[in-house]
Amino acid sequence: MAYVGVKGGDKAIEEFIRRLKYERLKKGKSVSTCDIESSMRALIDQIMSESSIYDENLASIAIKQSEGSPEESVFLLRAFRSTLPRKHYSRIIESEDMNIERRISSGFKDIPGGQILGSSYDYTHRLIDFDLIKKESKEEIEKWLNDFNNKKSNDINPSKLKFQKVLDYLRKEKIMKDYELNNTNPKDITKGSLSFPTERSERLQILTRGQTGAVTALGYASLRGFGSVHPTIGELRVGNFPVYIDSPLENDSKEDNSYYVGEFKATEVESIITTTMKKPDGSREEQFEIGYGVCFGQNETKAIAMSILDKCLEIGGDSPTHNEEFVLYHIDSVESTGFISHLKLPHYVTFQSKLDSVRKTRREKNDQQL
Amino acid sequence: MTSNYNFGFFDEVSKREIRRKTLKAISIPGYQVPFASREMPIARGWGTGGLQLTLSLINKNDIFKAIDQGTDESVNAVNIKKLVKKTTGVKETIDTKEATIIQSRHRIPEEKLEKGQILVLQVPMPEPLRYVESSEQKTKMLHADGEYSGAWLVLFEKIIKFGRMTGGAAHPVMVKKRYVMSPSPIPKYDNPKLDNNEALILLGAGREKKIYAVPPYTKVESLAFEDYPFEIEDTKGKTCRLCGAKDVFFDEIEDELTGKVFYQCNDTSNCLKNINEKESA
Repeated sequence: MAYVGVKGGDKAIEEFIRRLKYERLKKGKSVSTCDIESSMRALIDQIMSESSIYDENLASIAIKQSEGSPEESVFLLRAFRSTLPRKHYSRIIESEDMNIERRISSGFKDIPGGQILGSSYDYTHRLIDFDLIKKESKEEIEKWLNDFNNKKSNDINPSKLKFQKVLDYLRKEKIMKDYELNNTNPKDITKGSLSFPTERSERLQILTRGQTGAVTALGYASLRGFGSVHPTIGELRVGNFPVYIDSPLENDSKEDNSYYVGEFKATEVESIITTTMKKPDGSREEQFEIGYGVCFGQNETKAIAMSILDKCLEIGGDSPTHNEEFVLYHIDSVESTGFISHLKLPHYVTFQSKLDSVRKTRREKNDQQL
Repeated sequence: MTSNYNFGFFDEVSKREIRRKTLKAISIPGYQVPFASREMPIARGWGTGGLQLTLSLINKNDIFKAIDQGTDESVNAVNIKKLVKKTTGVKETIDTKEATIIQSRHRIPEEKLEKGQILVLQVPMPEPLRYVESSEQKTKMLHADGEYSGAWLVLFEKIIKFGRMTGGAAHPVMVKKRYVMSPSPIPKYDNPKLDNNEALILLGAGREKKIYAVPPYTKVESLAFEDYPFEIEDTKGKTCRLCGAKDVFFDEIEDELTGKVFYQCNDTSNCLKNINEKESA
């Protein structure tokens, strides 16, 4: 029998779900969600960013459940997220308030406060560390951490790591145009479907929850040749943002009455992009514009790529990376992986219909030839 | 598995949003109403649009049927039924007549639908003009203007190239002489059933975030030319090897040993009904 074989679904599904569990357990060991949370920071950050839900604990469960598949983990978290009612919107977060762990500028060597490397893989040699095969004992880890913490106390007091934005210095110099703050409420992309042209708030939301690989690829394409945006990183910072909400009881929005509800780690990038401006007298002048990228967790490549795409979509143009429908419709993990994977469903009614059409055409062609 | 989900998976606010958009869709037959479209526990492209419609409408007294490619038993139909059952606990059926809500992928059941029933069709690509215009912004304007030259041209070009309106499922239809609509990838055989149907037909595209509808007793015409009329798939001379039905939509099955081709009802629950009727007669 042909594809009709995909029947008796009930039993088949039960069996392959059992088989899936077997795949997860067949080597006789299973990793705890605590282990995942403490040692898979990068994966957790990537998944929280693509899921647009900030919860390391939930992300760890999703990673365990999906055997470490980012696409499945994101899927699980998004499906969970869509059952949560939206209870509060936070107060506006000023990004100067970030508690900085890392902050670099590739545009300026001497930024006030200095370059803070924090932690990153940037200057590591990508040589496999075979020592990691050995299990790190609890005692070893504790000893290492003690040494590290003792040394750290000699450094700068980390609680003081709040800095003005690098680009503010450029704005003061009037090299960069200073825009007025736009504090209109953002459109919530999870509460409606996109209509074009989009607002910047919608674009930024879609970019920040985009699939890391997809955002990176399109940002790269623009940089390399299918677009015209080549940025200099004015500032890249990684750190924690504090979150406050207005008091839900008293109907006021005074800062004093707001509640601190926690903090989240994020990567923020402000790229400097040169654009040409036509002056009223017809002459041209170069000026700096900003491309903005921000995402949950430490996801530096994605945040930089996002800053490129933000600018691309802001200016628009003929190149695919400057076309908002092209970029925004195709970078979401749940949407792209879902539709690609649906091709695995049986299509034999549609195919039968197509077959009928092809046969009729052929038959007629043959008849004509006779 | 510990579960803390609401009846019908969604919170009530989400359900209300979907129902409001559904009402709008019913009020403007054939018009694609944008909606928020939540992420679902099944994958985008696997029926999330249909599922959202079903879950927003279903209540405890409903009787639910799910079909995929004509059969109640295919893995995807079973999977959707399981999720609906798990989150609502409603009664399931394979009987088209008994069901109050039927969610289907790529088929309209053979048995005539009746007043009071709701057919929910899963839609992968809701935009009938997408092949001629890739921009959503532009297709929206084309619909607003009733500018459907593109849809006609596609059919015309096929006639020029192949001598007939080739193309398989999802043959576009004109709804109430206003909106050109993709009927979802149902075979052309099912297109005439959309016209003046007694049931409410809802179409949901989850990934593309659109809901549209064919309310009961609505005029629906398949696009065609006077000299090149609309034709359904060929059922002439074919009979179901199980129940002997004629003029239904068939699955084509090849015998692995002899290479002989058989036909079998694609709608399995209808086929089963025919067999039972024969045996009790």
